[in-house]
Amino acid sequence: MMREKILMCGNEAIGEGAIQANCQFYAGYPITPQNELTAYMARRMYEEGRVFIQSESEISAINMVFGASLAGARAMTSSSSPGISLKQEGISYLVGCELPAVIVNIMRGGPGLGNIAPSQADYFQAVKGGGHGDYKTIVLAPSSVEEAFNLTRLSFDLADHYRNPVIILGDGLLGQMMEPLPQILNSKLKIQNYPKDWALTGCLGRKPRIIRSLLLGEGELERHNQKLQEKFKSISEKEVRFERLYLEDAEFVLIAYGTVSRICKAVVNNLRGKNKKIGLIRPITLWPFPEKIIRETAEKIEGILVVEMSAGQMLEDVKLAVEGKCPVYFCGRMGGGIPTEEEIYEKLSQMLI
Amino acid sequence: MKEEIICAGFGGQGIMFLGKILALAGMKENKYVSWMPSYGAEVRGGTAHSMVVISDKEIASPIVSHPTTAIVMNQPSLDKFLPKTKAQGLVIVNTSLAKVNSPRKDLEVLEIPATEMAASLGNIKIANMIVLGVYLAKKKLLNLESALQSLKETLAEQFLELNISALKAGFNL
Repeated sequence: MMREKILMCGNEAIGEGAIQANCQFYAGYPITPQNELTAYMARRMYEEGRVFIQSESEISAINMVFGASLAGARAMTSSSSPGISLKQEGISYLVGCELPAVIVNIMRGGPGLGNIAPSQADYFQAVKGGGHGDYKTIVLAPSSVEEAFNLTRLSFDLADHYRNPVIILGDGLLGQMMEPLPQILNSKLKIQNYPKDWALTGCLGRKPRIIRSLLLGEGELERHNQKLQEKFKSISEKEVRFERLYLEDAEFVLIAYGTVSRICKAVVNNLRGKNKKIGLIRPITLWPFPEKIIRETAEKIEGILVVEMSAGQMLEDVKLAVEGKCPVYFCGRMGGGIPTEEEIYEKLSQMLI
Repeated sequence: MKEEIICAGFGGQGIMFLGKILALAGMKENKYVSWMPSYGAEVRGGTAHSMVVISDKEIASPIVSHPTTAIVMNQPSLDKFLPKTKAQGLVIVNTSLAKVNSPRKDLEVLEIPATEMAASLGNIKIANMIVLGVYLAKKKLLNLESALQSLKETLAEQFLELNISALKAGFNL
């Protein structure tokens, strides 16, 4: 049966995902390759009678999101790598204050102003905290336009549920590419409602509430940190997501996330056609990282190849998960380079596959 | 069936739009499709390309390194993408702006003076629709009707007639 579909780019799909998740507030500052998202929100938020602000800078955008979240609104900002660096202070404050927010990073080549080509070199920044202090953000890495839509919807629920910022980590390819999305405009998807009995909504007739990250009392900040760590532990137990392909009989496994996993999938499908026993693990949550499935798989196979658009960042988390149980190889491109299928075959042939 | 197309030419020749109509038409025929632009600092006169995959099966990678069809609208694009085209592949060349000079005998090359044809129809900007028509007629993968419908849904009223006339002119060559 034919489904009604629309052709959309990843940036727009993220925007529509946010609209469908009842995002009430968006602030952003333009930067390639995520501009379609800001443009989409400018139009759609207005249509829906919600708040869109093109802020004067990335820093003000994240702080506007901070304010909107304080007041109980579902809030989002988006940018690309250099702009996300500017937001790190705000993200740290959001975590410190236990405020939900969704931050989209459509990564481009770095360091510095870099270029506008796709990259995955902000992995460390996204999964290891990014700003100051002991903290984590949930990091979701979509690999298709449809998944970008679905994970954005999910991100608002996760942010509200855990009262913690969630990062959508995509790259220029995902932002720019178009794929069909099932007809979702005007659909009435169920929106989860989280009671925000902490929000600053005006204290007339009730006791005032206080939200702050400055905790100067004796032992107060340490206790707060312990509470945060317990929350992070709970997230890492409950929210791991990944996709697996042909792990049952695989002798070698590729590990990649986001759009690079699509290239790897083409390689795996092709090699399976030649009876090579190869599989794929695609982390969907980069934090919490799917270390259990990687460790269990490492015990049974001859080697892992990590493919990334970076000098080898997720590679470190894979190695931590593998604990030396099998060799881990790496194939990476930097500064906007995209790994080709040929490069991956070449690397695999060096691994004697 | 998996068709991997690269459309390439100067910025301003409607290269992205050509790819988008291909993807939309494929979607209308319930195929899996993906469309990927080159999105550098593209300006009119610079080179641009888009990659379109149309398939019966779910598309693993939307990135096309070796196209089964290359639609090239200028010389730099021809020089870049003809050598990368798969054996037995199709290359549609806009000979108004490119001259084929390749030793390869394993390709089917269609030489179409698209810009000149477009000029005779009244606007050089519709050369993209002429080669789209040529492609549809040659490859018979997608119906003319799907492309026409996609144009109707995408274009403003005042541009529709001209684009449709170019598409049909290419299709009936």
